[in-house]
Amino acid sequence: MVGELAVWGIFLLPLASFVIIAVVIRPFLNRFSLLSGLLLIGALAVALWLSIDTLASVVRGHEMDFGSRTWLQAGGATIEIGLLVDPLTAIMLVVVTSVSLLVQIYSLGYMNGDPGFSRYYAYMALFTASMLGVVLASNVIQLYAFWELVGVSSYLLIGFWHERPAAAAAAKKAFIVTRIGDVGFLIAILYLFFQADKFAAQGLNAFHIPDIWQAAQPVALGGLGILAGTGLTWFSLGIFAGAAGKSGQFPLHTWLPDAMEGPTPVSALIHAATMVAAGVFLVARFYPVFQVSAQAMTVVALIGAFTALMAATMGLVMNDIKRVMAYSTISQLGYMMAALGMGLYGAAIFHLFTHAAFKALLFLGAGSVNHTTGTFNMRYMGGLRRQMPYTYWLVVIGGLSLVGIVPLAGFWSKDEILLGAWNGNVLLEPWVGRAVVAGLLAGVALTGFYTLRMIFMTFHGEYRGGIGQEMEDAGQPAVPAHAGQTGNAPRPDSGDTHLHESPWVMVAPMLALGIGAVLAGFLANPQWFDLAGIPKHWITEFLIHGMESNLLVGVLHFGTLDFNPWMALASTAIALAGVGVAYLLYGIRSLPGRDPLERAGPVHRLLTQKYYLDALYEGVAVRRIFYRAFAGSVDWLERNLVDGAVDLLGWVFRNFGPLVLSRLQTGQVQTYGAVVALGGLAIFLGFLLR
Amino acid sequence: MSLENMLIVGAILFVIGLYGALARRNVLVVLMSIELMFNAVNLTLVAFAKYVAPAGLAEDLTQNIGGVLTGQVFAIFIITVAAAEIALGLGIVFAMYRSTGSIDLSEATQLRN
Repeated sequence: MVGELAVWGIFLLPLASFVIIAVVIRPFLNRFSLLSGLLLIGALAVALWLSIDTLASVVRGHEMDFGSRTWLQAGGATIEIGLLVDPLTAIMLVVVTSVSLLVQIYSLGYMNGDPGFSRYYAYMALFTASMLGVVLASNVIQLYAFWELVGVSSYLLIGFWHERPAAAAAAKKAFIVTRIGDVGFLIAILYLFFQADKFAAQGLNAFHIPDIWQAAQPVALGGLGILAGTGLTWFSLGIFAGAAGKSGQFPLHTWLPDAMEGPTPVSALIHAATMVAAGVFLVARFYPVFQVSAQAMTVVALIGAFTALMAATMGLVMNDIKRVMAYSTISQLGYMMAALGMGLYGAAIFHLFTHAAFKALLFLGAGSVNHTTGTFNMRYMGGLRRQMPYTYWLVVIGGLSLVGIVPLAGFWSKDEILLGAWNGNVLLEPWVGRAVVAGLLAGVALTGFYTLRMIFMTFHGEYRGGIGQEMEDAGQPAVPAHAGQTGNAPRPDSGDTHLHESPWVMVAPMLALGIGAVLAGFLANPQWFDLAGIPKHWITEFLIHGMESNLLVGVLHFGTLDFNPWMALASTAIALAGVGVAYLLYGIRSLPGRDPLERAGPVHRLLTQKYYLDALYEGVAVRRIFYRAFAGSVDWLERNLVDGAVDLLGWVFRNFGPLVLSRLQTGQVQTYGAVVALGGLAIFLGFLLR
Repeated sequence: MSLENMLIVGAILFVIGLYGALARRNVLVVLMSIELMFNAVNLTLVAFAKYVAPAGLAEDLTQNIGGVLTGQVFAIFIITVAAAEIALGLGIVFAMYRSTGSIDLSEATQLRN
């Protein structure tokens, strides 16, 4: 049994390390900046231990209802803060603390020698604390506050190297694009404000998340039905808008690839494993509300499936290794969203869990490669498997797990999603399920292709010169001393030909994640029999059990999905087809001068231009509509109406002042005194004669 | 001696002071006129204190200090403040004489011109 204090501790430990690093270590002990890393790692190790304890406690079925404290009262609405510990929270706690711990250890090596070392750890601590705050929040307002804090720390970390214009622009873009989605979230919360009286009439608090679940139960099934009909659908869509912003779902996905300007461990932690999964978490958190509205579920499922497919197509042609992974992340988040939309609550979170392991591993592998070559451009890599055997094999494991090859983690979770989508959902129109399955299966083939293309271009063939060659091709002199400015990690010892495996402090966390990427699938959620004391469908059953009282049993089918060999065979065959094409194009020969995909001509250009969505957003939406039409007309009003009025006033007094007003200003003190005296007399008389 | 008489004397003093302050051109005379106005106010305050002191308060306090002294205390404060004010005013007059060579108020219009 875990006490309330211990659960708060999971959140407070990283927060305390943030405060200590920011207030004590960075201003006074910056020479010993290593301390900041060690402090955060220590705090996270304790937090991880507490999280595992919490998970164990939840698994044993202990009552984890800690009650709430009143935060503030606004009108009739009471806003509380508290902890909501259910199976979803418990699993997320372990995912966040464990991945964060491993990434912090890795960063000791990757960020070694960076002048902003302790600033980096301060931001990381802030991020981890806010993410844990999101996961633990029992109140919507509390959740929203941490949700925005997560956005802020993401902004700070993307722009960590703020002296680079690209990083500063990417940070701003990430912040603004996610904010567009957050407006939807905010509107959903405001909707709750207006419903607060109806909630209060039933003794519920409109912001307490379990109360919202209860309020969404339809009347037909004996529920309260406070949230129902169109209001409920729009409420769900507002929540989904916030989730889509954070999770990079179409059409708000454009910030995530740019976010790769941040340090690579940041990408691994925030833009692969945890923060972008917060959107999926949010939809899962409000799942009992979503399930009531078939329209909302349809939107979630279709946008998820479309994102899964579209992001994968863009991942095909990217030459930046981190961008390939960024599109892959968007695509995988699409799988999770589609799963939630199809009612596969357990499968979606299971995929989130395995994805956190293998995608963090892939990103750390990319960072490891960059640590040696100084570049992220795969066209200047190649042949690294000889010098970096550990990184190579770990990336292969992570990559195959992403593709979904038996028996790696990704296979089991992806298969559960595909199978569930295939079986369909009685609430949704049949065509939705078919469209989702089609999109996801096509995505599997593309995933196989881009993953193997990435591995072949990076690790096979001949070495193509790294950062030195890249700068030479770009027309800049290849001076190793400047390599740190264009390369991601500062590398004081950068030598172009000196390829080496990364230090152990970086390889060890990758090994730990690699073990996760192998075992987290089958061991954590055995598909057809009890394994070593773990009952089959453990995670799925566990998650659904936690929501049982709030799920519409009988309307939706939530039965766990038994393993289906045909679906497994089909998805493996499709994935292998993608892998095979990648092998034919990139594996047999070392990368030729031209990318074989360039033969696709206009399609290739469409994909490398990201479907021109960036151009559409920035060129049309921002420049033409916002800058020119909106800001331009406001500017005209300001210049002509506001300034004109001020100018008119000045003109009146300049021209008519000498005639009247300046005559009154004699400069004689006694004249003024007489006027004051007469005025006082007039007021006095006014009072007397009233 | 009644309240009316005292108020009439106070009003006359005040108006004489006001006339002097507004009409005379010599700064020193103006300062003296201002003193006259102060004393008019003092006289009025003391008169009110003597004749119309708050009845409730007076009853409670008479045994100890022989009446409410609010007005008198005010008058003493005003005398103190007036002394400080005249010291300041004379300083300004000196500064004015040094910079312009005159203490005629009607010529002191530099702020406008």
